[in-house]
Amino acid sequence: MERVEFISQEAHFNADTGIRTETMMLNMGPQHPATHGVLRVVLYLDGETVVKAVPYIGYLHRGIEKLCEHITYQQCLPYTDRMDYLASICNNIGYILTVEKLLGIEDAIPERAKTAEVILFELGRIESHLVGIGTNALDLGAMSAFLYCFKERERIYDILETVCGARLTTSYPRVGGLPLDLPDDFEEKVRNFLKVFPGTLAEVDSLLTRNRIWIDRTKGIATISAEDAIDLGLTGPALRGSGVPYDVRKAMPYLGYENYDFEVPVANEGDAYSRFLCRMEEMRQSLRIIEQGINNLPDGPYAADLPDVVLPEKELTYTRMESLIRHFVLVYEGFKPPAGEVQHAVENPKGELSYYLISDGTGKPYRMRVRGPSFVNLQALPNMVKGRLLADVIAAIGSLDIVLGEIDR
Amino acid sequence: MSSDFDSLIEAVNSAYPGAVKERIEYRGETTLIIDKDRISGVCRHLKASFGFTFLADLTAVDYLEIRTPRYEVVYHVHRFGPEIDENIRLRLKAEVEGDNPKIDSVTHIWSGADWLEREVYDMFGIVFTGHPDLRRILMPEDYEPFPLRKDFDVRDREASKRSFERALREGDN
Amino acid sequence: MGVNSNSLLGGEGFITTTIHAFANWGRKNSLWPMPFGTACCAIEMMGVFASRFDLSRFGAEVARFSPRQADLMIVSGTITYKMASVCRMIYDQMPEPKWVIAMGSCTCGGGPFDSYAVVQGIDEFLPVDVYIGGCPPRPEAVIDAVMKIQKKIDLEGAPIL
Repeated sequence: MERVEFISQEAHFNADTGIRTETMMLNMGPQHPATHGVLRVVLYLDGETVVKAVPYIGYLHRGIEKLCEHITYQQCLPYTDRMDYLASICNNIGYILTVEKLLGIEDAIPERAKTAEVILFELGRIESHLVGIGTNALDLGAMSAFLYCFKERERIYDILETVCGARLTTSYPRVGGLPLDLPDDFEEKVRNFLKVFPGTLAEVDSLLTRNRIWIDRTKGIATISAEDAIDLGLTGPALRGSGVPYDVRKAMPYLGYENYDFEVPVANEGDAYSRFLCRMEEMRQSLRIIEQGINNLPDGPYAADLPDVVLPEKELTYTRMESLIRHFVLVYEGFKPPAGEVQHAVENPKGELSYYLISDGTGKPYRMRVRGPSFVNLQALPNMVKGRLLADVIAAIGSLDIVLGEIDR
Repeated sequence: MSSDFDSLIEAVNSAYPGAVKERIEYRGETTLIIDKDRISGVCRHLKASFGFTFLADLTAVDYLEIRTPRYEVVYHVHRFGPEIDENIRLRLKAEVEGDNPKIDSVTHIWSGADWLEREVYDMFGIVFTGHPDLRRILMPEDYEPFPLRKDFDVRDREASKRSFERALREGDN
Repeated sequence: MGVNSNSLLGGEGFITTTIHAFANWGRKNSLWPMPFGTACCAIEMMGVFASRFDLSRFGAEVARFSPRQADLMIVSGTITYKMASVCRMIYDQMPEPKWVIAMGSCTCGGGPFDSYAVVQGIDEFLPVDVYIGGCPPRPEAVIDAVMKIQKKIDLEGAPIL
């Protein structure tokens, strides 16, 4: 591991005051409550002012990209959950869409599956923003907002649980559509969420948006200009908070997002408060999308009619020999996309998530590359906190809304 | 969109003769194979003259025993359109030889390439000349192998254990 | 423990017990966890502390991020070799008596990550009291583990000094 100098770097003698000062090195993390996981930042301080901040990452590097080279395409799906685990369902859908593009079967996916995926994707976005805002507030000392946010998250967990049986790590859709039809009470649960959630959102809004302390702690803090944000490759609220209206859902629509009516919220100041406002408004827009989705959820098949890709129905594997063999081959060898490579981007809650898959014609990916938005977004941290106070580092990390599972992979 | 790329390739080739070696179209995506020695110039040209201001991704692939040269460094560059739905994405590839792999850094063109290039160095051992701070990013500093190379076994934990034991012994985290 | 109320003592009740039993009774009902959260399980652990599952019902809601103030380490999330020395250092910094919960498959045995970077079970370098399986375990399982720790303290106790 890299050795960090714990001894003071340089000493200055101020002749006017007669005081000798030194730059102090402070090690923050990797086990620190406000680093949202295992981020480590080495801070060089002049009094309380940050002279230099150096992030160190990799404390959660598990080798997902390498592991995926040894398993079939379907088996990679559970690993994608464990990258951005605050919005697993978004990672899952992003991966599924990439494999579907690699197979060239996007047009065969039934509308019912696509609409359900849009609804779940937006639920995932709300889920992630709730933690983003809740923990950002918690780090800055506002505990109640965190509790309200987590209360709502439990409601989303309930919906996910009825759909796929898991609360957090969903591994839900499959290549070619949904593994099972949506449960009967799905629509009712989503409608109930649509009814209840605006109330909580208003509560969080009234707790924070015009809260004097919150504004003092976030306004003008951790600013980044639009040029710098683009240059660094920031995406998501971190980019839109600086006034750049880039959203993959509009820029390169997938899952039929072009048919939904929603706005891309943009704020211009580029500070922590702008990013907070973007997240709040994005949740409202997500509600609009979910409402349109649930109103137009079509009946019909939930998985594509592609015997080479989609598993046969469970009932048939028990009763028909051909289905059993097909099931066995699909599980054991996996489907084999033609040799080629694709990249597919989705607008994850934290920014652009893209998968880059290379197939060599076998059942296992030759290379799977994940571009996690947090990885790139975190690069902005040293610029954001330079010359600011130590306490602002916490606000900056919180407002970037990083998740270490995705940074380290 | 493809007609756009025709004029783009022409312009790049007239500025850097022979820089674009090949063009591949697959699943609606365009890939340009760029001469390795010109990658930095081509990228600067794409950013300055064609508005590819955003580096979406930078990674590498190891084609051990499949192709020579062994490595490919892959760039995904992006242009924001005047309208929110007029965006263009382009994939650039540069082939890098297996012995002593080296390629020019693009950090001076997109500063966001900094960590991405460090990750490629960490995982593949490809050296980016001109990178301001090229050292390991995900694996510990004293780790020797390059994990994403195809000749490295995914379950080989020996180097990690050595690094862990050294950290325990020296109390250095 | 025995409870008595003796009129000779003016009706003020008193309890007879040993110091050992009394101290362990206190320890078990006021566990101060040190949440060593690294990955997905940490989110479920936050869920345990938050509104619906509310770990304070078991006296263990005072999450301390300083190891010197904690006696229960909940290791939740994948531990890589890079992180393992940190984990061990934090464990060493906790004062005795201390207990460890390994939350989730990764901490129990590496989970799905059989790779070059991941420790295949934190018991390679830490003594673990309770293992919780699951990827991630449900909050109820975490509560169950805390109750098991309480039971363990009750049965085995720990020296007072």
